[in-house]
Amino acid sequence: MIEIDRVTKVFGSGNAAFRALDTVSVTIRQNEFFTLLGPSGCGKTTLLRVMAGFVDPTEGAVTLEGQDLLRLAPYERPVNTVFQSYALFPHMTVAENIGFGLEMQGKPKSEVRRTVSDMLELVRMSELADRRTSEISGGQQQRVALARALAPRPRVLLLDEPLSALDFKLRKDMQLELKRLQSETGITFVFVTHDQEEALTMSDRIAVMNGGAIRQIGSPRDIYDHPAERFVADFIGDTNFLEAELLRVAGEEAEIRLASGAEVAARAAAGGAQAGPVTVAVRPEHADLAPEGEGLLPGRLDDVVYFGTDTHFHIALDAGGRFVVRRQNQPERTETRAPGDRVAVRFGAGVGQVLRD
Amino acid sequence: MAETASVPPAPPRDLAAARRREERRTRALLLAPAMAILIFAASGPLLIVLAYSFLTPGDYGGVVWEFSLKAWFNVFAERDFFTGEIELADAHLSIFWRSIKLSLMTTALCLLIGFPTAYFIATRRRETRDFWMLLIIIPFWTNLLIRTFAIMELIRNEGTVNSFLIWAGLIDSPIQMMFTEFALLVGMAYVYLPLMILPVYASLERFDFRLVEAGYDLYAGRWQVLRRIILPISKPGVVAGSILVFVPCLGAYVTPRVLGGGKQMMLGNFIELQFGQGRNWPLGAALALALLVIVMVALMVYVRAVGREEGGQHG
Repeated sequence: MIEIDRVTKVFGSGNAAFRALDTVSVTIRQNEFFTLLGPSGCGKTTLLRVMAGFVDPTEGAVTLEGQDLLRLAPYERPVNTVFQSYALFPHMTVAENIGFGLEMQGKPKSEVRRTVSDMLELVRMSELADRRTSEISGGQQQRVALARALAPRPRVLLLDEPLSALDFKLRKDMQLELKRLQSETGITFVFVTHDQEEALTMSDRIAVMNGGAIRQIGSPRDIYDHPAERFVADFIGDTNFLEAELLRVAGEEAEIRLASGAEVAARAAAGGAQAGPVTVAVRPEHADLAPEGEGLLPGRLDDVVYFGTDTHFHIALDAGGRFVVRRQNQPERTETRAPGDRVAVRFGAGVGQVLRD
Repeated sequence: MAETASVPPAPPRDLAAARRREERRTRALLLAPAMAILIFAASGPLLIVLAYSFLTPGDYGGVVWEFSLKAWFNVFAERDFFTGEIELADAHLSIFWRSIKLSLMTTALCLLIGFPTAYFIATRRRETRDFWMLLIIIPFWTNLLIRTFAIMELIRNEGTVNSFLIWAGLIDSPIQMMFTEFALLVGMAYVYLPLMILPVYASLERFDFRLVEAGYDLYAGRWQVLRRIILPISKPGVVAGSILVFVPCLGAYVTPRVLGGGKQMMLGNFIELQFGQGRNWPLGAALALALLVIVMVALMVYVRAVGREEGGQHG
């Protein structure tokens, strides 16, 4: 269990000071695939480097199972990193790279050899053990970097956008591979990415970061279905934002009145929501079209865009603003609506998410 | 189409042959200037030196065209003046030995100072690196003799260092540094240091310092990171720098002359002596060639040693 307690990192000083991390607190559980997700410059990599020991936080504490990590040098921490650039040692073979950490730990030669061959097998690289790292492909380098970081059996594996240099197909394969490795080794993975899809498919929990702070922590489903604030809803997936009035709120259950006057049950993040004007987020695939006169929000169909797997309906709402409805395509269903038609948008009770700000 | 294909293949083959001849001629013409320089500027003088080393010295310098092995004999041996017995030329060998020893020590000293310096510069911000490199290169723009005299000014008995030490009360009488091997070592290390720093810097500048982080991450301490990651990867620069320092050191002339006086003679001075006051051109020529052989053997041994070490890492 890693506990990050009110960690702040300020780079530079005076006017040039930059708060890369602003009182970040998070607890990462044992054996968890934990993802730090956010746009570039949000502080996710800085937080990872604080854990690895390459950045000293200005304030705050970091502990690993009660042990103060900040008092340990990078080479003393039971934590290994898979670097974005892989940072493989070019003067060593694949096997030597993988064995390096164990060798530095002073493990006996026989154990090093055994672990290296286990690791090679784990990442399916056994035939390439004696190659130079410059003689293997990007995907293979990626696996060597993984094996090298896993070989010393760290308690935590830090992964700094390790898939960003790979092409699409390879990235998909490696996502599954990483997930497999994590469950096979039982090591806690802390994964940094700016790719929301990657985060959603791989993680047990995600921390969405922006501006040096964690905006929301939750399971992929939680984060996607119940974004707590506008940034999260906007950053992950596509979202419709609706101006509405919060009438009543009890726990997570809220009652809102939309701009059209229709009232519907929605969800609000526990605590924080107050009656008054609010923004409500609705995912395009959580809403549907209704004939005019039914539904919650009347409007005019502007555009119908066919995407293969689904179709997007762009609607100009009568109350102002636009709304996108996404509907999965079915072979037996033919779309008869055309741009210009009068339609309405409907979504079920509890689908709208009241945002914090 | 069929007709074109049935055209006899002979003429094209002739054409191809002609084109090849033409290409060969062009290549020869293009190579000619370089070859001319190599033959007249490098091999030519060397052949003259080789020829001279097998001739008889003239009474007032120069050579007499009379074949003799005496010069080569004298490089390594001498006939005792009184007894006529043949024995090793101790004086010559001690000069050889001093030259090799001092060159090795200078190379080591340059590496010891030059590597951290190059590392320091390579790890500065890109904009400030040029400034540091300028500081390293500026001495190059100054005459070698002047730089050597500057060192002399520092280490002579009434020089800056001794004056300071006496003023500070650390010593009572000046330490004799001039005309010692120490003086030569300091002088040559100072003169040749940039030749070490530049190639080492060139290889460190290309060094990916993220590898250092990777090393730390994998439980390697500072020393291990230096020994296992930085040094092996920057080895080409270290090898080049060592050669660039070692070779001119062996033949150094000005520095030993100024800082060593007649006492600490090195090969360069000794060779010069043969062509000047010694009036023994053949011996000078033989010594010069012996120096060349030493350099070549040293380089071969060095390169092979470095290569083997590298091979061992994969074994």
